[in-house]
Amino acid sequence: MRFFEYESRAIVAKAGIPVTRHGFATTVAEVSELAEQIAGPVVIKSQVLSGGRMKAGGVQFADTPAEAAGHAEQVLKLEIGGQMPRGVLVDSRAAVRHEYYAGVVWDGIRKLPVMLFSDMGGIDIEEVAEQQPEHVARAHFSTLRPFSEWQAKQVIASLGISGTVLGRLTPILTRLARLFLAYDMTLAEINPLGELEDGSVVALDAHMDMENEARPRQRELLQELGVGDEETRQAREPTPFELAGEEVDAQDHRGVAGNVTEFDGNLGLVIGAGGGSLTLFDAVRAHGGNPANYCEIGGNPSVRKACGLAKLVLGKPGVDKIAVMMSIVSNTRVDIVARGVIKACLELGLDPAEKIAIFRIPGAWEEEGFKILERYGVEYADRSVSLHEAARRAVEKIQGGELAGAR
Amino acid sequence: MSILIDERTTFIVQGITGREAVNLTRECLDYGKGAKIVGGVTPGRLGRDVHGVPVFDTVAQAVAHHGAAIDGSVVTVPPAFTKDAVFEALENGVKLVVIVTERIPRGDVAQMVELAGDRGARIIGPNCLGIIVPDVIKMGGIGGPAKDAAKSYSSGPVGVISRSGGMTTEMSSTLTAAGLGQSTAVSIGGDAIIGSSYAELLPLFEADSQTEAIVIYTEPGGRMEAELARYVLDSGSRLPIVAFMAGRFMDEMPGMSFGHAGTIVEGKEDTASEKIARLAEAGIVVAEEISQIPELVRGRIATTV
Repeated sequence: MRFFEYESRAIVAKAGIPVTRHGFATTVAEVSELAEQIAGPVVIKSQVLSGGRMKAGGVQFADTPAEAAGHAEQVLKLEIGGQMPRGVLVDSRAAVRHEYYAGVVWDGIRKLPVMLFSDMGGIDIEEVAEQQPEHVARAHFSTLRPFSEWQAKQVIASLGISGTVLGRLTPILTRLARLFLAYDMTLAEINPLGELEDGSVVALDAHMDMENEARPRQRELLQELGVGDEETRQAREPTPFELAGEEVDAQDHRGVAGNVTEFDGNLGLVIGAGGGSLTLFDAVRAHGGNPANYCEIGGNPSVRKACGLAKLVLGKPGVDKIAVMMSIVSNTRVDIVARGVIKACLELGLDPAEKIAIFRIPGAWEEEGFKILERYGVEYADRSVSLHEAARRAVEKIQGGELAGAR
Repeated sequence: MSILIDERTTFIVQGITGREAVNLTRECLDYGKGAKIVGGVTPGRLGRDVHGVPVFDTVAQAVAHHGAAIDGSVVTVPPAFTKDAVFEALENGVKLVVIVTERIPRGDVAQMVELAGDRGARIIGPNCLGIIVPDVIKMGGIGGPAKDAAKSYSSGPVGVISRSGGMTTEMSSTLTAAGLGQSTAVSIGGDAIIGSSYAELLPLFEADSQTEAIVIYTEPGGRMEAELARYVLDSGSRLPIVAFMAGRFMDEMPGMSFGHAGTIVEGKEDTASEKIARLAEAGIVVAEEISQIPELVRGRIATTV
């Protein structure tokens, strides 16, 4: 999950890393007040989760509180990357002598965190790494042994940095490495990290991403920041349809029937498991089909949950038919999913044989499942029909139906 | 032959009294020549048994009862307790840990992997279904109940490595139906950091005389496929590799995660199209559909002989 810049700054400050004087505001009046308090030139920065704020006009400079208020009025109304800002950050404009970059990310190949440092801050680090690799230093570090200051010092000094600034940068990078592990971050970045005219070093901007899986054990920090459990902080906000999917999945703790993502097609998908869903979604599109949704069934869900998911998808405006398909199941029971999706049709007053374009779930309890499907005249397939072939049949059925309707 | 496990492999199940673990134990005991599950561990349940497997409070008790080192452990405890359970196994001499549990934060996984490295042990997973040597042994829920696993898996020349547990079975079943059996199939897990990647398992398959080709299931997210491509180019592996890439639609949706935690596209190297290009550069053929895999494998086995 992503943090807004004002939250990232709070995290950095909590870890003992100096930041410029700043405040978070949601109204023009609050911006004026903060600018008065800072009593000098300020930067107004839009608080959105998407990148490209500068280009979009979400970052403005002001010399006086009145000017700051004028900019704030614009920035607060400005949509960036499809998102309205949560507010603005009012930041004091520091006299910067030099900009550095400091970051920590995971290296999935070495399976260790890696510290990245550059003396060319303020720009995209991937660009620097590609074009001027000699300006990027990196070092992996242990997750078992405590991070020690010399490790940060060695990374910084490897770029030829010495003198007072080396002594000031070292504790900052050390604290960044420690907070990365302590708060289960997947990205902890200070860019730029500014060396000011007075020789002090402060974080001018910060970007933190936390692992979703760690949210339960990071509850204390999240509460401190005021981040609610309902905030998913995904790349885009969940739609009402997706939220309804989460509700279905939360009905009981048996298995999964959810992870719904909304699309705008006419073929509803009741698919699984993880890898099977990815394969099937691709397969439907490869055959020219238009999925109404993505979802995942797995881990042996109850009839109620399978029914709830199928009902949700069947009830989505524009959905003509559903395709119920999974890779071979070993834990999830074929008969339970079959009962769930048939029940969904019947409860909505629909004919399962007409609404279920195809049922392709082979595996555990398949004989029982296929018997139920036969009774209701639903077309089904066993493992001899591939995932792609099942998807093709579903697409053919729904598009054939459309053509017939048009005639 | 096989990799990682064979009929002599002994293992324990940590968290054995949980619902899924009880099923998994039954399945492993029933499959092939019958797994040698020498104990189970659930704190506070000393003295019970699960399908005849004695339950202990600690791994040390299980080792003492067995009277010799135990080769492996299947870990099925909840995410908050997994790290401790894996540490316990590693510190008691277990050399192969299969972690079934999902939703473990990366920081914990990295610590487990690091300790395993220090102890000369290997981790498979997390978020995986384990390992199967067709007709011989399975370690984990892979393939499901013994009679279902027997339908999907058969013994033969193909090594299977997959980031998806379910797709390990789907691909193996497709191979089996085409008359191509498997030497060993490994569900390596769907997380961003896992104990054993394709490139780390490939040398084991290369050393296995039964294995003549490799089939892998891949997804967007992470650099594991790039690592494999680099390994193949640098080492000149004797084994032809056929890959299947799911989740191509995700390239249009950066920052979103589908299917498995590890699928989130965080950089340009992570996308499906970039990975397909990397694999192709290394001579790894990427199938458009699962059903094409057997033919591609057969063609490549024929050309290497």
